[in-house]
Amino acid sequence: MFQQIRTLIIKEFTLEWRQKYALNGILLYVVSAVFIVYLSVGAKQGNIAVPTWNALYWIIILFSAVNAVAKSFVQEHQGRQLYYYMIASPEAIIISKILYNTILTLVLALLGYLVFSIILGNPVQDQGLFVLNLLLGAIGFSACLTMVSGIASKASNNATLMAILSFPVIIPILLMAIRVSKNAIDGLDWSVSVDKLITLLAINAIVAVTAYILFPYLWRS
Amino acid sequence: MRSSWWKILTIALLAYTLTAGLLLDVPRLPILNETIRALHFHVTMWFGMIIMLVVAVVYSVKYLRSNDLKHDDLAIEFTNAAILFGVLGIVTGMIWAKFTWGDYWSGDPKQNASAIGLLMYFAYLVLRNSLTDVHQRARIGAVYSIFAFAAFIPLIFVLPRLTDSLHPGNGGNPGFNAYDLDSKLRLVFYPAIIGWALLGTWISSVRVRLRRVERKIEDRLINQVS
Repeated sequence: MFQQIRTLIIKEFTLEWRQKYALNGILLYVVSAVFIVYLSVGAKQGNIAVPTWNALYWIIILFSAVNAVAKSFVQEHQGRQLYYYMIASPEAIIISKILYNTILTLVLALLGYLVFSIILGNPVQDQGLFVLNLLLGAIGFSACLTMVSGIASKASNNATLMAILSFPVIIPILLMAIRVSKNAIDGLDWSVSVDKLITLLAINAIVAVTAYILFPYLWRS
Repeated sequence: MRSSWWKILTIALLAYTLTAGLLLDVPRLPILNETIRALHFHVTMWFGMIIMLVVAVVYSVKYLRSNDLKHDDLAIEFTNAAILFGVLGIVTGMIWAKFTWGDYWSGDPKQNASAIGLLMYFAYLVLRNSLTDVHQRARIGAVYSIFAFAAFIPLIFVLPRLTDSLHPGNGGNPGFNAYDLDSKLRLVFYPAIIGWALLGTWISSVRVRLRRVERKIEDRLINQVS
């Protein structure tokens, strides 16, 4: 099982590295989105209010994550998926996809953070909490979006379906992440955020476990 | 399903809810006043919706285990009935909110959460309609239905409790137990929940039968041609 997961994750990385255009595309997507936001709000450095900064940041991360994860089940051919179906257990596939997408989302989030801090200013006072929150948010986003992209890949009009199916499901995670992130920006004491972090972790666990249980049924069809 | 005693019970319970809910004496409370009667309609419809969603999830699980389309019919129709009650619940809630909070929509966490919950189930209907194969539609619909329910529960039961809500029972507002000193409200409240849940079951069982008849006619048509 662990052997399978490791092999599958290595396979994902190799695949991504060989098709660099997809990875570069999504990285460029983040940077352009941040730039559009920067120009649209007309904010000079540090001029933008903290709640707005926070909300814009998370919305950009949400959209980039949806776009990045959406391809995880459609980039490979049907035939190759059948091949995976024969050689690997569905549990190993969903875990490896979730782990890989977590890393991808985290990279996107950190890149977005970097670009945001350069051009919009960086109001974050508690870097450690902010990055920990990014990690938890990335796990939740990836668990939810991987499952939804598996569902959406079975239906025809993929992009719309991906958005409408994932947004309502992802909102609890997004809301908790935004709240913790606001605390981190304001530099509040960790004890204020601990219960929210635990709730976020619990929601992540619920989503991930449901995905783990349900994926085999999806994969079979 | 054919026996009719529970249908008579439904009518009796709902008639009782309507008359007693509107006419019986209610405790007078600040702000709420007579609008407390919304408890018998708005709150009970939400309870009915949640009961029906649980039933739908149970049948989704049963479908995934057995691959029997009968279970899928029940799952989709119970979800449909739950959506109907959800919409009614949110509309009655908005009317109530207009008279107590002053606005149809005041950004209360529970209001927002329930609207998001409805979006989830509308997405479920869109997903089902975008698939053409009957078995695939049933299987993927069941998977999403369970997945959405797992996200729906923290959304409506956990998150609103973490922030102050305008809803009775939250953030220092008087709750159900506080204004229910003489238990008079309970006399209507519990029968109303059962009544709405039974009405939902009735609606869905009729629609399930319709669905099965349609399928039979379709099968017969296909067999005639060959």
